[in-house]
Amino acid sequence: MTRYKWLVPALYIIFLMLPIYWLLNMSFKTTNEILGSFTLFPAEFTLDNYRKIFTDSTWYMGYVNSLTYVVINTVISVTVALPAAYAFSRYRFVGDKHLFFWLLTNRMAPPAVFALPFFQLYSAVGLFDTHIAVALAHCLFNIPLAVWILEGFMSGVPKELDETAYVDGYPFWRFFIKIFLPTIAAGIGVAAFFCFMFSWVELLLAKTLTSVEAKPIAATMTRTASTSGYELGLLAAAGTLTIIPGAFVIYFVRNYIAKGFALGRV
Amino acid sequence: MALELRNVVKREGANTHIYETNLTLAEDGFNILLGTTLSGKTTLLQIMAGLELPSSGEIWFDGQNVTGEAVQKRNVSMVYQQFINYPHFTVFENIASPLRVAGEASDKIRSRVMQIADLLKLTPMLERNPSELSGGQQQRTALARALVKDADLVLLDEPLANLDFKLREELRDELPKLFAGRRCTVVYATTEPVEALLLGGHTATLHEGRVTQFGPTSEIYRNPKDLVSASVFSDPPINTATVTKRGDRFHLDEAISWAAPETQTGLADGSYRIGIRPHHIVPAGAGEGGAKLTGQVMITELSGSESVVHFQLGNHTWVSQSHGIHGHDVGEVAEFEMAVDHAFVFSEGGEVVAG
Repeated sequence: MTRYKWLVPALYIIFLMLPIYWLLNMSFKTTNEILGSFTLFPAEFTLDNYRKIFTDSTWYMGYVNSLTYVVINTVISVTVALPAAYAFSRYRFVGDKHLFFWLLTNRMAPPAVFALPFFQLYSAVGLFDTHIAVALAHCLFNIPLAVWILEGFMSGVPKELDETAYVDGYPFWRFFIKIFLPTIAAGIGVAAFFCFMFSWVELLLAKTLTSVEAKPIAATMTRTASTSGYELGLLAAAGTLTIIPGAFVIYFVRNYIAKGFALGRV
Repeated sequence: MALELRNVVKREGANTHIYETNLTLAEDGFNILLGTTLSGKTTLLQIMAGLELPSSGEIWFDGQNVTGEAVQKRNVSMVYQQFINYPHFTVFENIASPLRVAGEASDKIRSRVMQIADLLKLTPMLERNPSELSGGQQQRTALARALVKDADLVLLDEPLANLDFKLREELRDELPKLFAGRRCTVVYATTEPVEALLLGGHTATLHEGRVTQFGPTSEIYRNPKDLVSASVFSDPPINTATVTKRGDRFHLDEAISWAAPETQTGLADGSYRIGIRPHHIVPAGAGEGGAKLTGQVMITELSGSESVVHFQLGNHTWVSQSHGIHGHDVGEVAEFEMAVDHAFVFSEGGEVVAG
């Protein structure tokens, strides 16, 4: 029995990796090969798909648009969540616990619920098809999440640290920026990572609120057919590139990610 | 440079954390706040520091009303039971931080920090981060930060409680030396009566949010004002019982009675509470005589030079503390003698009537 104990994890990993492998595999094939035959390796290895994405502005602008609103959203969410989380972590005020819970309930509604009101509102104020529109819409989900994560990390810091700083003579903001923020740097990283991820993978609002100027990559990708017919190789290459930013960001917070999933409460 | 609390009360919701307190701290030596956990020591310290506002009452410092003045404006420093340091600053920057905020020149900061680090034996660790230090060194860093500016008021909230025994003794010996020659009021909160006695100075006994007594430490120890103050300032706990005085004898029960010592003969007949410290009860023959007690041994703790024996006396559990090894088996009926002239006599309400 013990000779085969590697078998189950190995199968599991193969099972998990297979779709990603297949995506990668397809991205190096021509569309004809994908449609014409079943091959485990690209018979005709080609980088044309990637070349097309990096040269054609309708493709690469999708990435630029997505990254733009994701970064704007992450910056806004974390910046706004920091003082809010500090208040929840350090002060008692009327209704604090209810308000804190209510924040989380914002995450419980499906984004589709908000698509229509956002669409109408942003069209009315002229924000439709801008990066900021998507960034703001995603704040609805990301700010509560960031507040919860940051509050968890902040509550792990004893309030005596704050008091010591005040006693030493630090005014509040100087303490907050110079001492408190570096102390919870890991928490800020994790909160930013989660905001980044949710905003990066969210499709419905991003698609609804944009048309041309701020069109996200996911919207470009779901356009399966074009004038030249099916371009499966191209789509696979685009998909592969979409995984990269997430993998890149996760590397920096890999040691804290479990704590982040527990909303900072470990 | 005296700190004065005038009619200070601290309430939170329906709970009263500090009942009306009037206290004028001594300017020299240590002011010790002695009380159990939750007796209000930390709240009182935070009010003194200006971190908490009293619900009513005033805080005066050096003849000025400083109630409501921001803690940053007051020249105080504080050390906590937990080792609080800025985790991403080096030890040097930790110690330097109060001076940096105050905008001192950097060569002056350097010389000040070096001087304090030397005093607290931190010189070899100056470039490390606090997390790389032992608990003792972390607390030394916190102390150094409290000492580096010439604070008028230094608040120490059980600073030695989280240290292991050896380090605690070592640092406790050093503390009074660190403050010698400084002009500042030092307040030191502790749960341990022994610590209060070792540090000397003045002591305030705290019990459930009330300062029950304040004065020179040895004075408070020798002449407690009431039963509560006496119990707060006794470790192991003070032995108490209700006794009846008839004629010139005290009767604890049918079997145990003793002649009232000279200072207590004048008391009217009636019911009293007595309090007697454990070291005034020793195994029969080990002391200088006194009233004989017989009790069933419950626990014996031997510390090498000392024996602490808990025994059942009627429906009270009493404690005897004596020098040397006096081993008793659990359940054994042992004889003790009580130095009755050291007993405090309190009225039924707990006020001292003779000591």
